[in-house]
Amino acid sequence: MSSIRSRLLTILIVSTGLVWLLAVAWIYVSTQAEVERVLDARLTEAARMVNSLLAERRIELALADDDFPATEFQIEDPSYERQLSCQIWSLDGRLVGRSEHAPDSRLTEAGSGFSESVIEGETWRVYAIDNPALGVRVMVGDSMAVRDRLVGDVVKGLAIPAALILPFLAAVIWVSVRRGMSPLNHMAESLSSRAATDLRPLPDENLPEEIAPAVHALNGLFRRVEDVREREKSFTAVAAHELKTPLAGLKTQAQVALASKDGEVQENALRQIAAGVDRTSRLVRQLLDLAAIEASDRTPEILDARPLEIIRRVAADMPSAEQRINIEGDDDGTARFDPVLLTLAVRNLLENALCHSQGPVLVGTREAIGGIEITVEDEGPGIPSDELPRATDRFFRGRAKSPSGSGLGLAIAKEAAARMGGTLALKNLKPHGLAATLSIPAAG
Amino acid sequence: MRILVVEDDPMLLDGLSAGLGLAGFTVDAVATCEDAFAALQAHSYGTVVLDLMLPDGSGLEVLAFLRKRKDATPVVLLTARDQVGDRIAGLDAGADDYVGKPFDLDELAARVRAAARRGAGQASAVLDWHGVVLDPARQTVSVKGKPVPLTRREFGVLRALMERPGATVSKASLEETLYGWQEEVESNAVEVHIHNLRTKLGTGLIKTVRGLGYRLAEESA
Repeated sequence: MSSIRSRLLTILIVSTGLVWLLAVAWIYVSTQAEVERVLDARLTEAARMVNSLLAERRIELALADDDFPATEFQIEDPSYERQLSCQIWSLDGRLVGRSEHAPDSRLTEAGSGFSESVIEGETWRVYAIDNPALGVRVMVGDSMAVRDRLVGDVVKGLAIPAALILPFLAAVIWVSVRRGMSPLNHMAESLSSRAATDLRPLPDENLPEEIAPAVHALNGLFRRVEDVREREKSFTAVAAHELKTPLAGLKTQAQVALASKDGEVQENALRQIAAGVDRTSRLVRQLLDLAAIEASDRTPEILDARPLEIIRRVAADMPSAEQRINIEGDDDGTARFDPVLLTLAVRNLLENALCHSQGPVLVGTREAIGGIEITVEDEGPGIPSDELPRATDRFFRGRAKSPSGSGLGLAIAKEAAARMGGTLALKNLKPHGLAATLSIPAAG
Repeated sequence: MRILVVEDDPMLLDGLSAGLGLAGFTVDAVATCEDAFAALQAHSYGTVVLDLMLPDGSGLEVLAFLRKRKDATPVVLLTARDQVGDRIAGLDAGADDYVGKPFDLDELAARVRAAARRGAGQASAVLDWHGVVLDPARQTVSVKGKPVPLTRREFGVLRALMERPGATVSKASLEETLYGWQEEVESNAVEVHIHNLRTKLGTGLIKTVRGLGYRLAEESA
């Protein structure tokens, strides 16, 4: 599992370490340059000083005699003592004087100015100055090892505390990251401790702005899931109600038929039971239709088919009303659609029209731009305009409800149309009647 | 006893009219809140059987209408919404009982009888007046232990009188108790029933209060 915390920790610690290393490298380089500059200036100064001492004759040189050993002198400043070595050579190549710890061999073969040379395995930085008046060359040098040690000491002085601080810094980063991530942990904890049915929104006050979008998105999801669940719950409740009422009617009528000794009462009760069973079985079928439309695992099966053929087949299933159904349209017209969904939509529209009117019902198909249109027209009372928007809601039956209606027909037609990517439009006709138009786009 | 049944499902409404009629009630049946309001304003009922989901509103509105005008007519709610919460809401709104669909017709009749009994302040399920015992559930009448067969209407008249022992019940009130909307009432129907009752149960049981109506005599003859 990738953890933001460990990633943040790694990034922060590695980058902090790198910044430290860079800083140390920079300090090393700049210290080295600075040390070089300061010590070079000191070399120059020391050489000039020796030169001026020579000129003032404060250092006596054995210039005349070849055998005379080179003068040993001390440079007055004790701080120069250990680090600096001075040699005075005659221009003809004899060592005529040197400081106490100066090496015996010539410091440099180069001319006046700065040079570097290796003597007895040690690198020296040498500044030479000619004194033509005395015929000597003054060479002042210091060991590079000393310089390197100096730079090394400076860098070490910085790097050791840094190295000691680094673990401490890592600990601080670790704690900070932990603290920084605590809103996330908090959210995760409050989510993981929830029951599956708990869809209350997460508290969204005082949220860090990085987490707020995630929390808001989650709360939005909760809301949508809750809505779906509420809809399902109310659907189940209403479906139960719609089924229980006819069941209560059936049972009551059955008990009346059993209890009554009056043949007429018994006959009426039995007739009611027969009609009630028809109505209830239609309701059950419609509930199953809705379930079929909703079933998400069923992918629409698109076929080349003749819409008119489907309408005819649906009409043929209603023998008692077949005379009332007039079908218009092009028999050879084909379109691509899901025949199951179209059958459901057409059957429910037809049943609805037959149930709410006494007269003829006209079913027409025609090709429309990008699809087909199927219109079912009846001569019934239509739907009051204030009820039109709700007419396709499940179980909505309106004020002028018919005894055999379930409030599901238009809802099924609309939902089947929606599954096919189409729409259902309802329009009241003049002087009376309802036109229900299914617009189904041609499937690809 | 005359009762009002408010139920929008035609098959159930028809079944309730027939079934509760068989159980000895005079049933007025309506399918909407509006008709229920009209019926409640026009008549007084022994009990109202009320469905909750009506096409033009909720049965609870009818209940509220009743209770608002301080009408204590017992109300038995009848609905498919029989979750505990719905029951509590219905009872707290002033209903006397609650029956979930689908129900047993005999049980509903018993509950209507019980609600009516409580509404009339009776403790006992059978009515007893000086040896005349009337059992509303079985629709039987006995005098000193001997059963006396009565017609439905005669039973209704006797029951109306025995429910208010000692009180005078007007002829109009008796007619209203006995006959639903659709039924024709002959002008002397009540007199005929009273006459028959006197023949079957003894002439001294029912007294005529001239100009006012009828009441039970203090002593059975």
